[in-house]
Amino acid sequence: MAAHWEHFSHPADIGIRGFGPTREEAFAQAALALTAVIVDLEKVRPSEAVDIVCREDDDEMLFMNWLSSLLYEMGTRNMLFRRFEIEPVAGGVRARAWGEPVDAEKHKPAVEVKAATYAGLKVEKDSDGNWLAQCIVDV
Amino acid sequence: MFVEKLKKHAEAQWVIEPFDRMRVPVTVFADDELIREMDEQVYRQAANVAALPGIVKASCAMADAHWGYGFPIGGVAAFDPDAGGIISAGGVGFDIACGVRALRTGLTYDQIQGKEKELADVLAKRIPAGVGSEGKLRLSSLEMDEMLTGGAVWAVEQGYGTRNDLKYIEENGRMPGAEPRYVSDRAKQRQVKQVGTLGSGNHYLEIQRVAAVYDEGIARVFGLGLNDITVMIHCGSRGLGHQIATDYAPKMIKAAKEHGLELADRELACAPIKSDVGRQYYGAMCTGVNCALANRQVLTHLTREAFAKLFSQADLTLLYDVSHNTCKVEEHEIDGKRKKLYVHRKGATRAFGPGHATLAADLLPVGQPVLIGGTMGTASYILAGTEEGMNLAFGSCCHGAGRAMSRSQATKRWHGKDVVKHLAQKGIVIRGASMRGIAEEAPGAYKDVTVVVDATEKAGLAKKVARLEPLICVKG
Repeated sequence: MAAHWEHFSHPADIGIRGFGPTREEAFAQAALALTAVIVDLEKVRPSEAVDIVCREDDDEMLFMNWLSSLLYEMGTRNMLFRRFEIEPVAGGVRARAWGEPVDAEKHKPAVEVKAATYAGLKVEKDSDGNWLAQCIVDV
Repeated sequence: MFVEKLKKHAEAQWVIEPFDRMRVPVTVFADDELIREMDEQVYRQAANVAALPGIVKASCAMADAHWGYGFPIGGVAAFDPDAGGIISAGGVGFDIACGVRALRTGLTYDQIQGKEKELADVLAKRIPAGVGSEGKLRLSSLEMDEMLTGGAVWAVEQGYGTRNDLKYIEENGRMPGAEPRYVSDRAKQRQVKQVGTLGSGNHYLEIQRVAAVYDEGIARVFGLGLNDITVMIHCGSRGLGHQIATDYAPKMIKAAKEHGLELADRELACAPIKSDVGRQYYGAMCTGVNCALANRQVLTHLTREAFAKLFSQADLTLLYDVSHNTCKVEEHEIDGKRKKLYVHRKGATRAFGPGHATLAADLLPVGQPVLIGGTMGTASYILAGTEEGMNLAFGSCCHGAGRAMSRSQATKRWHGKDVVKHLAQKGIVIRGASMRGIAEEAPGAYKDVTVVVDATEKAGLAKKVARLEPLICVKG
């Protein structure tokens, strides 16, 4: 299955979902889904890099940590991210996120993502070995 | 399953008697029409809350209730610290002390008629709003901690607003019990550039006209008359509040496990009030409240400056400031005894009745102003708390219209440009960065706020005082 992302429905907020051949790819796709909640992806230039490292006991908490770390970097640097390179490390993942500073005129951000929630949280591998990572985000 | 167990108890009051793991009943304050359309998840979530340790009297859902995280949005639940009661970050929400502030302007409609676009432009220019926007203040870490303990009092001391403003803010503008040491550096970092910013999504600054007065006596006390121009600001604790909620969620999941609390839903994660995590969360949450109060105080100052630019006769005075995502320690009468309770209101507004000790002297005879934000296209309401509401729902009521459909459904149904055009035809000027954002907030995506407010009044939780209609809406 090709790596891809999608949004899923929720009454007040929105679900993000990433699919990939590896856990890390699913995480990267979910991060694209996260950015796509805010802005049209094509409008974001992957020009600056930010490094992130996350370590957690299990895949689901790791996914939450990954999303929370992204939201933290986005919030403090006022950036949007468009491309992700993630690799597994002992106890977690190491990533490089590429993006650019928010430009209200160019990006016209639709909403702000406040947080990743445990609602709908799922990180699993199916029988074909494809990974899925999802949760609902509060906007 | 839950719908069958729902029984009408009184006018606009429905009850699900305890069954299974529920310790108290669920009480829903909504009329027949709202009950017919109510999301069933609300009952499930309210029933899950009713099963939490130390819960007192009932797990309440307000007229605008909808599916939330753990607790329903529009949920109210009070816990007794002496009975193993818990505190839950999910019961407060990701935007701690998100709330509404209403200002009188001293202007009437005829004074601003024809100048709406000009005023909208000045406001859009001066009020930092939307993703990536930055506030004008830059706080050192010492100043950050002072803001987190001082709230609106701190803001006034820095020159934003007057001491008189403080009398019309919950807790007189400063939430006691704030402990910045229990707030992570990450949370403080997220706030560094966001002090005095409006945010995005359903946050807004609205200029309104008083279109109807329902109670002349109370309206007079609130300083409201027909055709008065008012301002409503809806926003919360920004990045700091979101980060506190994010930080404490895993801690509470761990604490719940350690204390043997079985959670139906991870978002219900909680800790005993009298536990380390419980105490730390409470201390951190209080800083979130202060952060929101300071934020709305700074935004008030910016709004005053904007008005002064165009209207020399304008005099913006604070009517009231309410928060609708909090956990507050309050005394309530339970079975004839005064008890200290931790009252969670998530997407629910405090609505104290006449005579409540915390109210400013002029408000005492009529009760606390309750500010209910509507959608850009409809109306907002000002109500007053009732004594009946103190007994029914710990002095609480709804907070707004509540969403009726998801964001994706809204963007499928409406285009932002059409929403703006349609509202312009009604004389409403919108200023917002994103058309998609506007479509997600289209008036049709929400329940009918008038139905919600009428049901709330029918239930006895609050009394209608005035209806305000939007003229200008600035969105992030």
